[in-house]
Order: sequence, then C-alpha cells, then structure tokens
Amino acid sequence: MTVFDLNSDSVRALNQHLHDSSSDYLTVTNPAGRHCIACGIDSAVEVTIDGHVGYYCAGMNKTAQITIAGNAGPGVAENIMSGTVRISGNASQYAGASGRGGTLIIEGDASARCGISMKGVDIVVAGSVGHMSAFMAQKGRLVVCGDAGDFLGDSIYEAFIYVRGNVGELGADCIEKEMTAAHVQGLKDLLASAAVVADADEFRRYGSARKLYNFNVDHANDY
Amino acid sequence: MCGIVGIYLKNEGLHPELGGLLAAMLIEMSDRGPDSAGIALYRDPVPDSSCKLTLYSAEQYDWDALRTEMAASLQADVKLDVHASHAVVIAAAQVASVQDWLRAQHPELRIMSAGSAIEIYKEKGLPREFVKRFKLHELNGSHALGHTRMATESAVTTEHSHPFSTGMDLCLVHNGSLSNHNWLRRTLRDEGVDIQTDNDSEVAAGYLMWRLREGDSLEEALQRALTDLDGFYTFAIGTKDGFAVLRDPIACKPAVMAETDDWVAMSSEFRAIAQLPGVEHATIWEPAPATVYTWGR
Repeated sequence: MTVFDLNSDSVRALNQHLHDSSSDYLTVTNPAGRHCIACGIDSAVEVTIDGHVGYYCAGMNKTAQITIAGNAGPGVAENIMSGTVRISGNASQYAGASGRGGTLIIEGDASARCGISMKGVDIVVAGSVGHMSAFMAQKGRLVVCGDAGDFLGDSIYEAFIYVRGNVGELGADCIEKEMTAAHVQGLKDLLASAAVVADADEFRRYGSARKLYNFNVDHANDY
Repeated sequence: MCGIVGIYLKNEGLHPELGGLLAAMLIEMSDRGPDSAGIALYRDPVPDSSCKLTLYSAEQYDWDALRTEMAASLQADVKLDVHASHAVVIAAAQVASVQDWLRAQHPELRIMSAGSAIEIYKEKGLPREFVKRFKLHELNGSHALGHTRMATESAVTTEHSHPFSTGMDLCLVHNGSLSNHNWLRRTLRDEGVDIQTDNDSEVAAGYLMWRLREGDSLEEALQRALTDLDGFYTFAIGTKDGFAVLRDPIACKPAVMAETDDWVAMSSEFRAIAQLPGVEHATIWEPAPATVYTWGR
C-alpha cells in the first residue's frame, strides 16, 4: 500500500503520483486542511485520506473511489466527472459544484450552495444542507436526509431534489413535485448504492416549475 | 481575500504559549494575506485607576522622551514597552485624559488600541516577518485575534491593516468587502466617530464603536450590523473577556471554529487550527450565516 504523509510529502507530488501511476490503493495521512488533495485523478484508484482537508479536495475526479475520513473544506469534488467521493464528516460550501457525473456522499452536513450548478452528479447528504443548495442545478440528483436551508433549488433546470426533513423558503421557480413509484424506487436504489440508511418513502421531491428558464411567447413584450 | 485567526485559551497553563500558537496560525494564513499582518492580544489587565494604550509611529521615535514627558505632564506613573514600531503605554491615569493629551501634544502618533488588557500590533509585509519582528513567541496572554491582509479596495499601509480598535478593549478583524462603506463613513463622521482611512473594514469598526457608544450591547450591535452593513464579511471581534464571530447572511467568506477542553479557536480555514495542540480531539464546525457566536469568561 502506498502512503503519502503530507507532513513530509508535497500535495503536488501526491497528485502527480496519482496522475502518473496505476496503484490500486493509496492512503494520505496528515492532510491538515491542505488544499487540492487528490485532484484530477483519471484512474480507478482507491484513495483514503485520513483527516480533514481544505479547499477543492477530489476536484474533477474520474473513476477513482476517494474516501475522506474527516471534514472537507469548500469546493469538495468540484466538477466530479465519475467515480465516488465519500466524506465521513461535514463538507463546507459548494460541495459537488458543477459535478457532471459520479457520486458524492456526505455522511455529515453540507453547508451553503451544495450542488450549485450540478450537471449530472448524484449527491447524497446524510445530514442537512445550507442555503442556496442546488442553485441553477441542471441535471443529476441531490438527496438530503436532513433539512434544507432557504432558497433551495433557486433557478433550477432539470435536476431532481429529494429532501426528507424540513425545507426553508424555496428558491425562485422551485416547487414541490409528485413523488411517483418510479421516483421512490430510483431513490431507494441510490440510497442503497451510497450505503446511506434512510427510508425512500419519507422523502419529498422538488424540481423546476419551468416558468423561469423557458421563453414564453405569450409574454414576449414582458422580456 | 484575507485570513482571520482567533484563539481563546481556557487552560491558563497555556497562557505563556499564546503568542507562539497565534504565530503558527498566522503564518498558515500567509497565502490568504501576504500584504500585512496584525494581532490584538489580551493580557495582564491593569487596575481601574490605570489604562493601557498601544501607540504607533511610522518613523523612528524617541519613546523614552515621550514617557518622561507624559509622566511629568499627567503627573502619573507611566510605563512604556517598545515592540518594533509600536509601544505599549501603561499610565496611572484615566484613559480619556491620556488620549486627549496624546492627541493634543503628539498628533504624529497613532493610538492603535486603548483599554485595560488589549494590545494591538500591525505592520505591512509577510506574516512570517511580522512574527519575527514583533517577537510573537515571547508574548503571553489569555486570548488573541490575528489578521493577514490581501488588499482589494484600499492601500497597503500599516494604518489600513487590521485589527481596528472599536472602543475600550475592543477590536475587529474582517475578511470580505463592504459595499456601502462610503455612505456609512459619512454618516458615522456626522455622528462624531473618528474614521481615519478610506478602508471599508475601519468603517465596520467605527460602526460598532458608534452602536456601543449609543448603548447597544455587543450582541445588539452585531445584530444591527446585519441590517446596516451591506457586503461580504466574516468578522471576528475581540473583547476584554473573549471574542465574537459573525458572518453575513450570504456567507461566501469562509470560517471554521473548533473547541477542545483547553481552547476555542476560529479561522478562515482549518489549516490554521490544525497547528494547535490537541486538535485531533477538537469539536469542529462551520459557523452558520447571520448568527452571532461569542466566547468568554
């Protein structure tokens, strides 16, 4: 097993190693809140980070399975393409921002702007999310097992939001939508694959009212 | 972008190490603020009959002559301790009379702080140089705030650096930018609040000074700031007994807090807190937007 100790190894050396080699497993110790740990990976490596990370951990991830045994700073798994990023603690703002695919699992809470501009990623938060989550979300699913802060799904496009707890004020053009059997089944499968225990029947679904982003010819003079 | 750090030592056994702990946190925030660095430190409160002020001179200064002159004019015991470009004065006199005398007799000096326990040091340049120049590792105390500045809206000078005094034993550090500071500065000047630079954070400090003068508690003043201050901010406010933290409702500017049996700390980023002893057992959380947090004895 390869171990990078960030008290002695640089983050740049770690990331270069992850880009160049084809190890199966890798462990990172003493992250101490450093930035950009395990970014830009494009191989099916399993990375375990033992501690709290700073900004932009696991950004642009492709196919790798990354586990953060701790909290994550702002922008974790930003623009994730595929693979899995799992955080055992809490995540700071804009977790999974603009993610295109793969799965981001946060076992604790996520703060403001979780899943902002998401474009296909599945984000499962076992705790709660802060305000402005799924802002301008285009595609993918945001699952919140706890509560969601104000302005959820503001200016949302075609992403799916599922919340089990309370929701603050909904964002512009975001509405509660019917939870069909197909939605429940899809959510059940996602929770199972994310290994997050929650009853899919207890969730409510939110999405776009489609009044904001569609040009409406009847209102041409209002624009 | 700027960096903020704050530490409050619950364990008195750690008081001699305050400066060293603060130095480690401050240096870790160099990337966030390489233009200037500053600290507010609370230690050795003087009795009610005395006061403690921190003075700053941009030029080489004959501090000894100042001490002699001040003692003679005020007919009071005056102790003076030089720290690089700053000097801490402890005078057996009422603070208002010392401030009035300094403003009248020595307008070339800037009063950085006033109170019974607070000392403020700040200077242009990298945090590492600041730590060395002000011998931070030799400074003890119960709690402290620090700031590393990346200037975005006004000049890089010692006067534009943080922390800013906001009244007796009070100070403020700020990460962010205020949008309505010009209007607010004019309003505060009309209210008689002395604002010396075009810096937006000094306006926030002046605002708190004004509200406290008008009778608000610190908590009330911060609640009112949420309405009156427009812009982005994470504030840390040092008080005689501890410190307070406030983030704006949008909360773009980062902040993280941590607590152990020995200390409470806040910072813009966890990596500053990661420097503290026993951090592996700390409870760590992100302060919620528009919520006032306070610590103290």
